[in-house]
Amino acid sequence: MTLRGKAWTYGDNLDTDQIIPARYLVTADPKELGQHCLEDASPEFAKQVRPGDVIVGLRNFGCGSSREHAPLAIKGAGVSAVIAKSFARIFYRNCINLGLPIFETEAAERIAADDELELEPETGEIRNLTRGESYRAQPLPDFAREIMAAGGLMNYVARKAGLANTAGVTPSGYETKAD
Amino acid sequence: MGMTITEKILAAHAGRAEVRPGELITCRLDLLMGNDITAPIAIREFERVGATRVFDPDRLTIVLSHFVPAKDIRSADQCRIAREFAKRHRLRYFYDEGRGGIEHILLPQEGLVVPGDVVLGADSHSCTYGGLGCFATGVGSTDLAAAMITGETWFKVPESMRFHFYGRLQPWSSAKDLILYTIGQIGVDGASYRAMEFTGEVVQRLPVDQRLTLCNMAIEAGGKSGIVAPDEVTLEYVRPRAKRPWTLYQSDPDARYHSVFEWDAGTIGLQVACPYSPDNVRPLPEVAGVEVDQVFIGSCTNARMEDLRIAARIMRGKKVAPYVRCIVIPATHQVFQEALREGLIEVFAEAGCAVSEATCGPCLGGYNGVLGAEEVCLSTSNRNFPGRMGHPKAKVYLASPAVAAATAVTGRISHPEEVAGPEAA
Ligand code: SF4
Repeated sequence: MTLRGKAWTYGDNLDTDQIIPARYLVTADPKELGQHCLEDASPEFAKQVRPGDVIVGLRNFGCGSSREHAPLAIKGAGVSAVIAKSFARIFYRNCINLGLPIFETEAAERIAADDELELEPETGEIRNLTRGESYRAQPLPDFAREIMAAGGLMNYVARKAGLANTAGVTPSGYETKAD
Repeated sequence: MGMTITEKILAAHAGRAEVRPGELITCRLDLLMGNDITAPIAIREFERVGATRVFDPDRLTIVLSHFVPAKDIRSADQCRIAREFAKRHRLRYFYDEGRGGIEHILLPQEGLVVPGDVVLGADSHSCTYGGLGCFATGVGSTDLAAAMITGETWFKVPESMRFHFYGRLQPWSSAKDLILYTIGQIGVDGASYRAMEFTGEVVQRLPVDQRLTLCNMAIEAGGKSGIVAPDEVTLEYVRPRAKRPWTLYQSDPDARYHSVFEWDAGTIGLQVACPYSPDNVRPLPEVAGVEVDQVFIGSCTNARMEDLRIAARIMRGKKVAPYVRCIVIPATHQVFQEALREGLIEVFAEAGCAVSEATCGPCLGGYNGVLGAEEVCLSTSNRNFPGRMGHPKAKVYLASPAVAAATAVTGRISHPEEVAGPEAA
């Protein structure tokens, strides 16, 4: 599935406190969180972001707390994907678990604010329509792609555990071994 | 070829003889933790997929710590979700206000984490527990929810970095200075995805409280975990409180590291992280004299008994400087009680500090000491990104309890010696 949107660019170490300040952690509703996404770092973001837009950071994107409210806020704001040179570990894990596509590539620095982008989460391809360039991000590990394809970790695990009937692909290769 | 302590612990929990960095493995988990911010989402996800049973109710602990006692109606509702879930699933280790405290100080204190464990906490500072010689790491709520069902999770085996401290700490210096120095050297992503192993004679002489401080801030260097190999000091701490048996692991002499840093602790001295990043670290003399509006002695980094003792030693008989406020929040209810018995609370109260029940409070800008625009705070906590403790224009400096106490008395960032004289041996 091709994702399409305009780039919102940020620098190094955009941390989770800036993505969603702690004063809003009294809810877990993505829509409501989305209204305050990046409020301190760029107050115009939540007002002007359009569905499908893409957040682009540089190094260590999403560092800081483990709050899942950060990717939830990004999703709730309608953002389709995040591109960065590198991601902080917990944020990276949270995005996979929630099914928010992420692209890790050094080429993040070539993208400027408002560039029109087309993204292919399956292959990691990024097409910068404004600049006529294309970049390739590191593909996600297989099992991470399966989690994303299942619509997130919970659907994936629920299927494995024979719980509620959740939509998604049949996972393979990811061993959940009971020992 | 040998393995690091981290590799050995992960291998044991994956049912394997050995693991190597980069491998993806599934590990059995000894303990899961959620708090009042992260557990409600995990509970929602757990219930959404129709799960009805926690894999082992004795291995899931929920600690209400961030916005308790509830700061408003919505945080009260979040606590209620967690509290009702704990009750319904008969969680043995559920901690509410007045009995618990900040999870990262509470779990070691209660003997819920022991050497050799693999612990998954839905809070980034879960890496703290590594100070006891276990593998502990922070995750988000969904990872917690999944593990609540299965009792296991996936990890990419991290490479290890070794930080070796030799020599002797300078007077008034502590683990906080060592970890701030380390982060200043390698940067906020200097240990991304890696395990940080702390070794050397200086670390071996540190009491467990300070080893926990060292590992607490591994995440501020991007680390997946921090660890100090267990020894007699660890066991003395663990023996009287452990709720489960433990296993001791050590790194092999021929274990392979991504990198090794060797530093003489005697040359490090007191350190301060300046706004707006925990890696913007300077030696204290370079920032001494900066005027502050607030001092915060608290958080999972530095609000244990040892920290409060040092702060009280400096503040005894003194007053908080005019036009400055000092907030002291013991990390757990037990620490609060001990501090009460030892007379430390009285010292702080006499000095004019605001002292409160155990909570994260202003550390994350939650409540109980949030900063306004342009205000300057010296804090013993672990993060000073823009907006972390309140207004994005507030400025937060991070330092040890000794520096914090001295700063509260003078009203400007100060060396403890200035207030209390040379440190007694
Ligand atoms: S004290 Fe601060 S860093 Fe520690 S758990 Fe609480 S909010 Fe997080």
